[in-house]
Amino acid sequence: MLTHHRRSQLTALAFLAPLAAYLAAFYAYPLYRNLDLSLRDYTVRSFVAGDAPFSGWDNFRTVLDDPSFAPAMRHTMVFTFASIAVQYAAGLALAVFFNRRFPLAPTLRALFLVPWLLPLIVSASTWSWMFNSESGVVNYALHMVGVDPVGWLTSPHWALTSVVIANIWIGIPFNLVILYSGLQNIPAELYEAAALDGANAWQQFRRITFPLLRPVSAITLLLGLVYTLKVFDLIWIMTKGGPGDSSSTLATWSYQLGFGTLLPKFGPGAAVGNILIVIALAFGLLHVRVQRRQES
Amino acid sequence: MRSTRRTLTAAIATACALATVTACGGGSGSSSSGSSSTYTFWDPYPQFDASSDWGKRVTACGTEAGVKVKRTAYDTTDLGNKALLAAQQGNAPDVMMVDNPVVSTLVEAGILTRTSDLGLDTAAIQKNIIGAGTLDGAAYGVPIGANTLALYYNKKLLSAAHIDPAGIKDWPSLTAALKKIKAAGKKGITFSAINTEEGSFQFLPWFWGAGGDLTRLDSSKGVAALTLWKQWVEEGYAPKDVLNNTQTTSWQEFATGDYAFGENGTWQLANAEKAGFPYGIVSIPAQNGGSAPVPTGGEFVTVPVQKDTGRYDISKKIVACLTSAQNLLASDTTLTYVAPTAAVQAQQVKANPKLKPWVDAVAAARGRTSGGLGTKYPTISQPMWTAVQAALSGSKSPTAALSDAQTAASKG
Repeated sequence: MLTHHRRSQLTALAFLAPLAAYLAAFYAYPLYRNLDLSLRDYTVRSFVAGDAPFSGWDNFRTVLDDPSFAPAMRHTMVFTFASIAVQYAAGLALAVFFNRRFPLAPTLRALFLVPWLLPLIVSASTWSWMFNSESGVVNYALHMVGVDPVGWLTSPHWALTSVVIANIWIGIPFNLVILYSGLQNIPAELYEAAALDGANAWQQFRRITFPLLRPVSAITLLLGLVYTLKVFDLIWIMTKGGPGDSSSTLATWSYQLGFGTLLPKFGPGAAVGNILIVIALAFGLLHVRVQRRQES
Repeated sequence: MRSTRRTLTAAIATACALATVTACGGGSGSSSSGSSSTYTFWDPYPQFDASSDWGKRVTACGTEAGVKVKRTAYDTTDLGNKALLAAQQGNAPDVMMVDNPVVSTLVEAGILTRTSDLGLDTAAIQKNIIGAGTLDGAAYGVPIGANTLALYYNKKLLSAAHIDPAGIKDWPSLTAALKKIKAAGKKGITFSAINTEEGSFQFLPWFWGAGGDLTRLDSSKGVAALTLWKQWVEEGYAPKDVLNNTQTTSWQEFATGDYAFGENGTWQLANAEKAGFPYGIVSIPAQNGGSAPVPTGGEFVTVPVQKDTGRYDISKKIVACLTSAQNLLASDTTLTYVAPTAAVQAQQVKANPKLKPWVDAVAAARGRTSGGLGTKYPTISQPMWTAVQAALSGSKSPTAALSDAQTAASKG
């Protein structure tokens, strides 16, 4: 009996081992390395020799004191929240729209997934071409209606807006798909009952759709948040954080520090990366907390 | 029975998983140990595959040294970091070609051997070219060739606007030409002011042409250079998208035929022939006349430090094969570079007279990391391109932008 019990325990461990090994190799170790990088004073020499002295919070202090920090933080927040708010609103509107089941709805819905299917390098390059201040199609369209050309990617006032617009376009399909599947789970009887009670479309949306969609909305927003916080490739391809630092975010700044110059600054770069992880973690915990309160 | 089988399956699965992890961990670090007859070779020319002239040349040099050369091409911005990582893991390549400003960073990391220790002769190489890879009097690689910047111009547009290219001798005459071009309804000049090293590379001829000093970005001379660029963008002589232009996209703009001038490099010569309009080349003028000093581009052939010092003999043979006086002409013709020695340059000009202005430009060029700057250069270059971006986009005045850049550069 005992041997049988121990054996099944061993079996359980054996099943757990691959996952544990995977998590350790691909999550725990890189995280540990990044933390280690950010807590040591790495120069190119000590990076190669592997004898960088421990420097405590020095890298974090350097980063926080850097004049690039405040703009990068502000841009990260604006980029994230503006993207998410519009993506969610547009995604929800489209989901409700497609939930009405009209002819061609599945085809149109499939078309809306295109931004999601395109490789990011393609969408980002296309957007930067459309936004080009000299030959871009957006300025051409503005010209047709008599508006002066806008320096979408070349003006410090517009660069961040331009990358936000591109990111919203990319993020709408994700919101649409998840919210649409959430809508499928709302029983049709509720709407029938509401219709009998004389509720109009807006009241149905406010009293039925929106409240019942809340758990799905919460997870959509959280995933979108974590995903958007770390968006790097789109901004890097479109503006490289420029002009100057007018569209730099924590993600692009971290890359810039670590890989963007001829002399890499691994320590501060890793520190910025870790700050980003902490922010994502904070929002994750907030979500868990809100969910728990909702359940109780 | 059932439970035994389950245990067995699980155990096998675990063993496999662990084996994979170990295999991964043990795989690195083994490639450079032992005197195998395969030598690793890295370069930043992904545009050349094994069947290209360059690819064949590398293979031939290996055969000549009696070994097999395994060539890997990386993107040039990637190569420096790849080299640092490889050195950290103890599997640096035997021979590596890197962009010249990266040499000092790799020397700082202690991963390159001295050229004199290997016994390679660099006496014939022009001082200004090898300067970029020389630290404290010792060279850490052999330049394969050099390229640099000049102004390409569109002959059609210039003659239509009655501009004599020979009259472009200083900044005022260039700006006056741009004004005429704009008045004629065409576009003036395109260059790259992107926020990467390319932007600094393109700004340096103007910065140095004003007499600027990289250790004092905010001097009145630096401000004059940045003001010139800003004026061009503000007056519409240069397009606003220079802020996003790489040297390649800037070339594409010039190749449309709408731009009178384009600041670009030796490497576009082949494309210029294909552009479909007659072009000419003038050297970039200095503020008060004469040619501005331009930065040298081009790679150094280096030999990274190995644990097994016995490998250096063969590596040296491969480097010598690529860079020796007899072979430089072939290497540089393959890469469209200007040779680093006067003798081979003369041969190149003889074969192709159009190279003459480029040879002159290379003779007047300066290494970005030369003059003792070394690894200080990257910490100056980044604030400098940021300042260029800030001024051209209008978020700061040239004076304020460069003064902020100097503050950032002095912090390192």
